[in-house]
Amino acid sequence: MRELVIISGKGGTGKTSLTAAFAALAKNSVLCDADVDAADLHLLMQPEVRQRTDFMGGCKAVVNPDLCTGCGTCRDLCRFGAITELFQVDALRCEGCGVCVDFCPAAAIDFPVQRCGEWYSSDTRFGPMIHARLGIAEENSGKLVSLVRKEARQQAEQCGADLIITDGPPGIGCPVIASIGGATALVIVVEPTVSGIHDMERVVQLAAHFKVPGMVCVNKFDLNLEMTEAIEQLAAKHNISILGRVSFDPAFTRSMVEGKTLFEYGEATATWQQVQDVWTKIINSPAMNPLGIVDFKATIQ
Amino acid sequence: MIISVASGKGGTGKTTISVNMALALGAGVELLDCDVEEPNAHLFLKPVIERSERVETPIPLVDLEKCTFCRKCSAICRFNALAVVAQKVLVFPELCHSCGGCMAVCPGGAITEIGRELGMLNFGDSNGIRFINGRLRVGEAMSPPLIKRVRAARDLDLITIIDAPPGTSCPVIAAMNGADFILMVTEPTPFGLHDLKLAVEAVRLLGIPCGLVINRADIGDNKVFDYAERENLPILLTIPFDRRIAEAYSQGRNIVEVFPEWRERFVALFRDIEAIIIEEKDKAAACANL
Repeated sequence: MRELVIISGKGGTGKTSLTAAFAALAKNSVLCDADVDAADLHLLMQPEVRQRTDFMGGCKAVVNPDLCTGCGTCRDLCRFGAITELFQVDALRCEGCGVCVDFCPAAAIDFPVQRCGEWYSSDTRFGPMIHARLGIAEENSGKLVSLVRKEARQQAEQCGADLIITDGPPGIGCPVIASIGGATALVIVVEPTVSGIHDMERVVQLAAHFKVPGMVCVNKFDLNLEMTEAIEQLAAKHNISILGRVSFDPAFTRSMVEGKTLFEYGEATATWQQVQDVWTKIINSPAMNPLGIVDFKATIQ
Repeated sequence: MIISVASGKGGTGKTTISVNMALALGAGVELLDCDVEEPNAHLFLKPVIERSERVETPIPLVDLEKCTFCRKCSAICRFNALAVVAQKVLVFPELCHSCGGCMAVCPGGAITEIGRELGMLNFGDSNGIRFINGRLRVGEAMSPPLIKRVRAARDLDLITIIDAPPGTSCPVIAAMNGADFILMVTEPTPFGLHDLKLAVEAVRLLGIPCGLVINRADIGDNKVFDYAERENLPILLTIPFDRRIAEAYSQGRNIVEVFPEWRERFVALFRDIEAIIIEEKDKAAACANL
């Protein structure tokens, strides 16, 4: 089982548009949307939800005013400033550590487990898809990411798919760390801007930190050729393979408006060829073929 | 006055709007870059960094000489950051949320605290604009504590502009909570609209007035404009797609520098926000008097 995770560091570089295009090119794969915080892949995939399941995240403290004596122990102990002067819990500040629950001398604090979102097992025109929606303002995004990735793996095993394509979140924090651990390889989508290269450097460091091989694809490359070259040099310096360049093409936005992938919109273009070339490089890359065998199944047969 | 610039979807132009508004207003403003995972504002504001400080969060340190291996610390920890195995206490620093529960519960006083590095805080200045950013250490998972530290460094006498991270979960809440106004930057595409709706839900949860900037206003479709009208969200600024703006951005140049006529539009954007904040405060005061 191989899992390809598409990340970027900076948001809006084209992760989801490229993930969807890859899905259209891949054969026998399972899709996974690990950007649970602002999931968008479903807008292009129009999944038919087969099964929805509640995601139970952490617990939150709730003070029972009938039992509360107002002693202030919880306020003194809470390091997150979540207990108000009237001894109520500010749910947005509550970290779910339960220290107040355990120390309350009147046992007046309940600690109910929270429904933090839901996740879906779906079918799309490109195969099965596992995705989720984290509740607004919720924590535990890393936990939900780990859950959807685990479910995608199970789904792939069930249907005999040998590839999972995962759309990752932006940034380098908790949900990104949860998205890349144990992945076969990362595709880092970079735009040729001062912020794009800056954020790429941090994501490359993160990939190295967690020992996941990364590959770089420059999207909207013609916006700034000098910067595109600088990105490729940086990638080479870090021993990261370069997958290619994709043009700044309004067809991405136009196909998005129609809920389609790039390859389902209009006639074949030069951009189609660029994305196809990138995909071929990904599939044939050493990172995705650890034994040096491109088509494992065919080799065994 | 705190104005938080947020978006839901990444790459819609939060940093562009924050920086250009700060530049248009000039001295008397501070810019707090709270996108600590991928801070970018410094690339455009180009401040002179005057000092930096390391930010840490407390994690437990167990003194095995005093420890009786009673397991109360591992029992209270909801994050599985401590495990007692035979005559050893294992601490997993990256899982610790710094709640202090283990230290408070330890009967033998065997637990003290040391620091885990969250990242750096940088303080600078760009022609009279005060600048602060946080840079999360690569490998660190928890950004909200660092975001809170950036915000705690604010100067109460200045107009504070916060460049928030993308998304709708805890880091974004940390960057928006307590603001006087949330400026949402979006683009008129299905992704932009979908994530804007989520972000607006988060803002409504916080009960903070908000308004929109529609960037690259002529790509995509009209649905974001319809949504704004339906939801009564004021559109305070629209910026058309212009390849010259995109190219200038790619080089780290700002709209107000390349197209000086935009300066007054960003000042007007601020004036509109200021008027809404005053109006909302008056309304709240009127309600309180009733």
